[in-house]
Amino acid sequence: MTKASAPGRLRGPGARPPGPQAGDPAARQARGADTGLVDESPAPRPVQEDLPWRVRAGVFVRRHHLAPYLLLAPALAGVAWLILWPAMQLGVFSLQNYGIQQLAGVAPAQWVGLANFTAIFHDPEFWLALRNSVVFAVIMVPLTLVTGTCVGMLLNRLGPRMSVVVSTTTLLAWATPTVAATVIFYWLFNPDGGVVDWALAQLPSWLGGGAATWDGFNWMSSALPVYTVATLLLVWQGFPFIAVSVLAGLKTVPGELHEAARVDGAGPWRAFWKITYPLLKPIFLVLLLLSVIWDFGVFTQLYILTGSGANLDEYNLGIYVYQRAFSTPPSYGLGGALALVLTVILLIITVGYVRASVKQGALR
Amino acid sequence: MTAQPGSLPSAVLAPTAAPPRASTGRRARRLRAVALNGAGVLVAVVTLAPIVWMISTAFKPQREIFSLTPHPLPAQPTLANFHNVFSGSTVGISFRTFFTNSMLVTLAAVILSSLAALLAAVAVARFRFRFRTSPLIMLLVVQMLPQQALVIALFIDFRALNLLDSLPGLILLYTAFALPISIWMLRNFVAAVPREMEEAAAIDGAGPARIFWRILFPLVAPGLVATSVFAFIFAWNEYVFALTFLSPDTPGKFTLPIYVTYFMGQHSSDWGAIMAASTLYTIPPILFFLLVQRRMARGLVAGAVKG
Repeated sequence: MTKASAPGRLRGPGARPPGPQAGDPAARQARGADTGLVDESPAPRPVQEDLPWRVRAGVFVRRHHLAPYLLLAPALAGVAWLILWPAMQLGVFSLQNYGIQQLAGVAPAQWVGLANFTAIFHDPEFWLALRNSVVFAVIMVPLTLVTGTCVGMLLNRLGPRMSVVVSTTTLLAWATPTVAATVIFYWLFNPDGGVVDWALAQLPSWLGGGAATWDGFNWMSSALPVYTVATLLLVWQGFPFIAVSVLAGLKTVPGELHEAARVDGAGPWRAFWKITYPLLKPIFLVLLLLSVIWDFGVFTQLYILTGSGANLDEYNLGIYVYQRAFSTPPSYGLGGALALVLTVILLIITVGYVRASVKQGALR
Repeated sequence: MTAQPGSLPSAVLAPTAAPPRASTGRRARRLRAVALNGAGVLVAVVTLAPIVWMISTAFKPQREIFSLTPHPLPAQPTLANFHNVFSGSTVGISFRTFFTNSMLVTLAAVILSSLAALLAAVAVARFRFRFRTSPLIMLLVVQMLPQQALVIALFIDFRALNLLDSLPGLILLYTAFALPISIWMLRNFVAAVPREMEEAAAIDGAGPARIFWRILFPLVAPGLVATSVFAFIFAWNEYVFALTFLSPDTPGKFTLPIYVTYFMGQHSSDWGAIMAASTLYTIPPILFFLLVQRRMARGLVAGAVKG
């Protein structure tokens, strides 16, 4: 019904509080069916001075159409204070030499221009961290998306009992807290007593196994093994969301379409690309962008797996930003500049996400 | 694409579409059902394995944990690891303290963010006003700002406000960071409530507050359940802020994720106790998920995929 009233809405702030003009039920009934086309601004009435303040405040709010702004105020205040303001501060810090002395108030912060940014772009560690982030996202995103989509399609075709089993286990993986999941994988891949090293040592050598290589193999000591563990961990954690979203989308695809395709002799592969994919394209787009954002800046899992970011080769951008800002001696200016670089990269991806959402009609 | 288990039309249509292949079709269908169920079992086992390993390690005595041939289940289950975690014999503080900290922070953030998000959702879903879409787009963008970037500025702000090392500080942060997605999800639920119901109530003489609590609130309850799940999971999981703001000098204020990693850092070989702590840490969100499983899937669709 909101869509039907669009033309009336455009005329201006024809605001309607959730309790629409409780005061005049008779007038409402006289107006009959409410189409939203009638300008509902209450007629200006003189405010009687002897009314209690609550009533007067209510009249004031209604007369000036303040209700939506008041309702939005607490949420927007919180977001502005704790998300927007710090984001702007980062911009300021990035142009200053803000360090431990400035934090303690011993010395004032000095403007250093773009020195922080030049320092970053001349730092080989930055390029290493950027490379790690990009490569990780390039591998992770398709892997999670494909795994999640396959499980989602599987869930859609399984019998009722089996689908409950699979969806419940999927939900369990999803519900496991990030830190718990990371600690589990840390233990699974531990060189001392970890079950993965043991299992790989049992494998015959023609499968790449063998005690010589895998007995006590340390997964956390260099970049490639750490990122392998991180990949497995993030796929395990990430595919349930994709699967459930894809499943939700599949439920909206009319079964007749697949029937028709099958009658016409289309195989499952063809049916996916010709029917399922085009219909679910908006969902896939949103999932793709969300995955890129999540995998690009992943922090918690890598921070724990790498042992609080001890090894420089293992940094991705997220850890690099954090270490630059907080490791001793802390350099909040440099960290701020880096944070800004990371934010800009993510915002570019986000613009894509917002545009996809808008195109999908999310703002209607 | 032949066998779609449970869908009648495919069973009816298949023989008519290809009559000569009716018998092979049946065999193929059975084969496909076996393959599908096999894939289902595989997914379930692989997904469950890490969780099973965590729980089983938590119940194993030390010598079984480091046994040369590990077994999936403990041969002699023991509660010693859980006892260690609760008595605090390794870290010095009982698990109960950290559990209370996490629960307090999480529940406070869930309640505060749900209320603020509901009000905001009513504003954007029920009112037409200038700049209506700008806060929505702003929230969408803000949701993508990386926490490990913002935490730098927040650390300096919170230090000035004396909110470092304080649980109320974390509550504020978790509330604010749960808001964007909560508002986005709830506005679909609010928009789905028929306006006629509110108008009928208004005709019967109910005021705005009464309409809000008696009509709107119960009708968007499923939406609130969905947003609460998201806020709960977010606050219960949150690591970066807690890591930065809670000082290691006062472990009594740790939330559970910080406690678990702190434990691992201090006693890196006591895997039985670490897994016992992780198991206990994992139970609340899993219970929460299982309780609201059905409603949540619906809420997710409404939130992530336009309702």
